[in-house]
Amino acid sequence: MDGLLRAYLPVLVFLGLAIIIGAVLLLAAVVVAVRHPDAEKISAYECGFNAFDDARMKFDVRFYLVSILFIIFDLEVAFLFPWAVAFKDVGPLGFWSMLVFLAVLTVGFSYEWKKGALEWE
Amino acid sequence: MVDFFYNTNLGIFLLVTLEALLVIVLLLVALAFLMYADRKIWAAVQMRKGPNIVGVFGLLQSFADFIKYIVKEIVVPAGADKPVYFLAPMISLVFPLIVWAVIPFADGWVVSDMNVGILYVLAASSLVVYGVIMGGWASNSKYPFLGALRSAAQMISYEVSIGFIIIGVILSTGSLNLSDIVRAQDGNYGFFSWYWLPQLPMVVLFFVSALAETNRPPFDLPEAESELVAGYQVEYSSTPFLLFMIGELTEVVFMCAMISVLFFGGWLSPIPGLPDGILWMVGKMAFFFFLFALVKAITPRYRYDQLMRLGWKVFLPMSLGWVVLVAFFAQYHLFGGAYARWVVGG
Repeated sequence: MDGLLRAYLPVLVFLGLAIIIGAVLLLAAVVVAVRHPDAEKISAYECGFNAFDDARMKFDVRFYLVSILFIIFDLEVAFLFPWAVAFKDVGPLGFWSMLVFLAVLTVGFSYEWKKGALEWE
Repeated sequence: MVDFFYNTNLGIFLLVTLEALLVIVLLLVALAFLMYADRKIWAAVQMRKGPNIVGVFGLLQSFADFIKYIVKEIVVPAGADKPVYFLAPMISLVFPLIVWAVIPFADGWVVSDMNVGILYVLAASSLVVYGVIMGGWASNSKYPFLGALRSAAQMISYEVSIGFIIIGVILSTGSLNLSDIVRAQDGNYGFFSWYWLPQLPMVVLFFVSALAETNRPPFDLPEAESELVAGYQVEYSSTPFLLFMIGELTEVVFMCAMISVLFFGGWLSPIPGLPDGILWMVGKMAFFFFLFALVKAITPRYRYDQLMRLGWKVFLPMSLGWVVLVAFFAQYHLFGGAYARWVVGG
């Protein structure tokens, strides 16, 4: 077994074990516990009245905005990883090019800030 | 015999399975007592006794709770999307568990010594957010839906800061391997040669981000009992709920391990001359768990807009600026090379 496989085999094993533990716990309750569902019990939780429409409703667009911003910045982090690992090899050129890249992103970030994309009244 | 476990495929597979089983079983047993410790600390701060009936000093409380969860009825809400409804707690349990594959407990005591450990950690812990979102959506109930949205937005917001903070550490180390990060902190001054000193502001930021990332108080917005009842977990009962709980607590303990590894020298001894070892690692994790529990007891909950403001307008610019600063220090070898410890080849 070569080194690469040896390093990643534990991930598979962990995944398998974790899934087994989760499945066993889920099944344990299915087997052991009683089940007497009735209409009231399985109705969706509401505060003092019956649920009157589907819960998958429209939601605030700001959540959507946050996820878009997250993608931008998380991609940025992903770009930074190889640069950070190879930092001592890339030299001054690599250092300054990354600073330019970060500066461009900072401009975008301050634009978002000014536009109020980060406001939650 | 040794040859069998190191050189044959079956042997390696058995060895890895045993190691993984050991880590997971020890972790789950530890979780039971950490849950108890969490409640005891919380109680002590509020001058209560906390759990004290089951077992000596209530030590078996978590096991009693465990049995209680199993004999409870699973209630699936009428409008629920059943496969997704049961997949959500599985995801919340599985991903916090598998990240433990790369945590080094002592020098060489790591199940998977992969060279992109940090990347793996970030990838696996990012996926936890799917459990939250799926749980909230599948329940088809309004409170879980809103709770899941909030929770997901909160988790991804602070993930960005955590990413930047980790970049700062990697810049100084030149490796994504968690064991290498610990080895880079090995120095002549023990406690004072670890990364917490050069990276001090980021230790605080990482700790607070970890609180937000794991939905711990004071950032437990998804569980804000007074408004959202219990967020995305409202419609869950019995063991599906237990899986969410275990997953959440595993993540908290994992964050304690990450703080120890990234900033507090993992298995290294704080006093030069004392032997390094797993005891230091466990001790550090326990200490940071104590801090997590203490924060839970003594801080009031944040408002949602304050939380998002802190994440995007304070932590993000600060951690981004810190990355630039660390890169600058490392590039020009300022502060006696404290930021440029490429001891491991990289």
